[in-house]
Amino acid sequence: MKELFILVVVAVFTSITYYLVEPFAHSQMHHHIESEGFTYKDLPALTKKGDATRGKDLVMGAGACTGCHSIEVAGMPAPMDAVSASGAYGVNPPDLSNAGSVYDAKFLAALIKNPAHALMVEHKFDPAKGQMHPMAQFYGAGGDLDQEVADMVAYLQSIAPKGEKLTPKMAFETACGRCHAVHYENWTQIGEKPKFKKKQDELAFDTKVLDYQDNLRKYMGTLPPDLSIYIRSRGEHYIKTFMENPQNYLKGTAMPRVGVNAEAAEKVIEYLEDSGDTKRHEREEVGKKVMVYIIIFAIFALLWKKQVWKELH
Amino acid sequence: MAHFTKATSVHDWLNQRLGIDTVRRVMATEYWIPKNINFLWAMGMVLAITFGLLLVSGIFLLMYYQPNVATAFDSVNYTIMREVEFGWLWRHIHGVAASVVFLIIYIHMFTGIYYGSYKKGREMIWISGMLLFVAFSAEAFSGYMLPWGQMSYWAGMVITNLFAGGSLHADGLVEWIRGDYVPAQAFLNRFFMLHVLLIPLAILGLIGLHFGALRIPHVNNQDGEEIDFEAEAAKYKAGDKKGSKVIAFVNDFMSKDMMVVGFYLIFFFYLVFFHYDFAMDPVNFDPANGLKTPAHIYPEWYFLWSYEILRPFSTDIGLIAFAFAQVIFVLLPFLDRSPNTVPASRRGLFKYWFWAMLVDMIVLTAMGKLPPEGIFSTIGLYAALTFIGLWIILPFITKSEKKA
Amino acid sequence: MKDISRRGFMGKAFGAVAGVGAVASLYAMKKSWDPLPSVKAAGFTTLDMSDYKDNELVTEKWRGKPIFVLKQNAEMVETAKKNPKDMERLIKVGESYYMICVGLCTHLGCIPGYNPEEKSFLCACHGGMYDATALVTKAPPPRGLDIPPFKIDGTKMVLGEEGPEYKKMLESGVTLKV
Repeated sequence: MKELFILVVVAVFTSITYYLVEPFAHSQMHHHIESEGFTYKDLPALTKKGDATRGKDLVMGAGACTGCHSIEVAGMPAPMDAVSASGAYGVNPPDLSNAGSVYDAKFLAALIKNPAHALMVEHKFDPAKGQMHPMAQFYGAGGDLDQEVADMVAYLQSIAPKGEKLTPKMAFETACGRCHAVHYENWTQIGEKPKFKKKQDELAFDTKVLDYQDNLRKYMGTLPPDLSIYIRSRGEHYIKTFMENPQNYLKGTAMPRVGVNAEAAEKVIEYLEDSGDTKRHEREEVGKKVMVYIIIFAIFALLWKKQVWKELH
Repeated sequence: MAHFTKATSVHDWLNQRLGIDTVRRVMATEYWIPKNINFLWAMGMVLAITFGLLLVSGIFLLMYYQPNVATAFDSVNYTIMREVEFGWLWRHIHGVAASVVFLIIYIHMFTGIYYGSYKKGREMIWISGMLLFVAFSAEAFSGYMLPWGQMSYWAGMVITNLFAGGSLHADGLVEWIRGDYVPAQAFLNRFFMLHVLLIPLAILGLIGLHFGALRIPHVNNQDGEEIDFEAEAAKYKAGDKKGSKVIAFVNDFMSKDMMVVGFYLIFFFYLVFFHYDFAMDPVNFDPANGLKTPAHIYPEWYFLWSYEILRPFSTDIGLIAFAFAQVIFVLLPFLDRSPNTVPASRRGLFKYWFWAMLVDMIVLTAMGKLPPEGIFSTIGLYAALTFIGLWIILPFITKSEKKA
Repeated sequence: MKDISRRGFMGKAFGAVAGVGAVASLYAMKKSWDPLPSVKAAGFTTLDMSDYKDNELVTEKWRGKPIFVLKQNAEMVETAKKNPKDMERLIKVGESYYMICVGLCTHLGCIPGYNPEEKSFLCACHGGMYDATALVTKAPPPRGLDIPPFKIDGTKMVLGEEGPEYKKMLESGVTLKV
């Protein structure tokens, strides 16, 4: 009984210390931001039902999207290579093949109409001061603007891979990959680094990446960090709430609100976990087995102790 | 030359040459421990097991770790965590064990303080134990440098800056320790050497000294009773195990040790697999950047109490207080002026001193983690002053202690 | 007296349980020594045979080891046809025959030198010799130079993959597994 009391005393002091040093201290150091579940409450709901056929005409035509954006799945190549594009626009305009399933529909609509607003970078791109966002606003092709925008969004959704076909890797590359490298997954801002036989070819590729990064650094003010191990340094909650609104954590940052929908956000997290916490499934599996074993170990030790001490008490 | 006869068995052959039977008697089957002990007496074995886990996991990490500022971080977080089979397991075991070992050290230390196991002949056990605490602290610090993350770098920067000695401005000494103006390749390599070779050797030597210091005074017991080990051992050997006040290390003490170890390992492995962020701080998953200090930097939890003693004061006073805090525990056997080797509960004012010290160290630990602002820095200052005050009054309250 | 028979029992049972844990730990430790996936993945090299010249030894690299490629000229092919042991070592790619071997002497691992006039290999370490198809002609090497796993792909050759021709060579004992 006395030993149990001693154990309780030790456990209580340890738990108090743990609580103060970990959960309590961390709550004091980082204020907790609730996720809004990727609902984009500040953006207006879509009022019109979009038509994908009309949308295609707009995207390829009056919308002028393909002037900067490639759409691989529709056979539209990029107008420029990635490095030149980053020199012109600061960052390589994304391919739009996956945009329809990666981004939230409300967000896409708002983005087409007013990129700086949807991306939450108006503090950096203020039209009144003549600072224009590299992506132009779409003022309409003569008809109902909301209808036209809904049509364009519908078209993008129609060509995008759905469900399982949108892999975590695709979601990440679409949403984040043009600014963030992930060297643990061999991802650079201009694509996966291929294997080269000749050193010169490898150096040429590396030079292209560095040139791109220089342009990006000029555009963003700093080089967006490599995300290889971010799932462990920041954690899922921080990354999700950061994507929802970077200003939550880094006031004045040039990082735009990403605009992913909830499913794409889950896939981005999974990609980051594959990069920075690759063995998590094995850890769970082995962990369960070890826990079962060690409980058996402790029981046998207890039984041995009881047998030995029967003679001593 | 001793007389050797034809061996009757492998055991006999070894026994004639190495005296293994005598070793077995002296170190195990006739190494007498008091029976009047509780599970806290098993903390030594728990420490030995934890140290063993650190050694073994460290060996496998050492196979793949690269002590180079350009590749260290990825050698840990890519090669070991992603590529090496079970690399993640060794890394988790090593990180969690490095943190939990200090919890056990503090429990072990405070058990010693509570039961007076540092007095009357046991001073060397206490002193060698405190030296082990210093050695483990140095081992933990040097090890923390190795992943070369943001915490590694800035902890390295700050702790080596301590050696400038405040107003002494011993910048040359700081540069000498680092081998460079800032923590860089030279710094990483030499702390790698310390962590992998020199300090472990020192720890092994000190463990030997710690065990050796135990033999003559023997292990203490819950009542601080002075036991006639010869007489009690004779009773035990004659068959009166129930009546004897002693037990044998093997199998009696060992079986209880193993039971405690078993429960400890349930707790330990749960942390290793399912709850390890406290031991592997997220900030250290950012690669070291000499041009950017993290928003919140703090040492590992087990250093927080002495970190908090440094913080509230001006540079020179803080350094003096900090040095005082490191050294003062060693002097406990000499500052405690009472001859009573009984548990604290029976020692009058010392009882309150003990619990006050324990609570104060927890408060210091908590404040050490919190941002040094507002109410937290105020509480921290008072806790630091309390710490110093408690040590100052110790000789006085123990001198006037009634003989138990 | 019942105690005596049960006395050692629990201790031994506990020891056995601990032993299971020790064995599991040893398994994990053994796996940690295994070559890393990135090492194993680097185990493929592609050779483009179209540029190779007759009787000119080319040295490539595969899994960190030197690989000899020797295109046989017409004369060398005639000589090889006279000895079945030579012929079975040659690999036909397109219209030409090639000798492809790991360039490490099967005695103790030094790299033999090729003499294009003599059309033979000489290992400077202990004097072993091989002919133009790397069949051993002078002791001490115990066998001809080993042939790496290969797969013919048009005019290219992928080392590290086991194509049908290689599998046949393995089965008939022309080479040992490398």
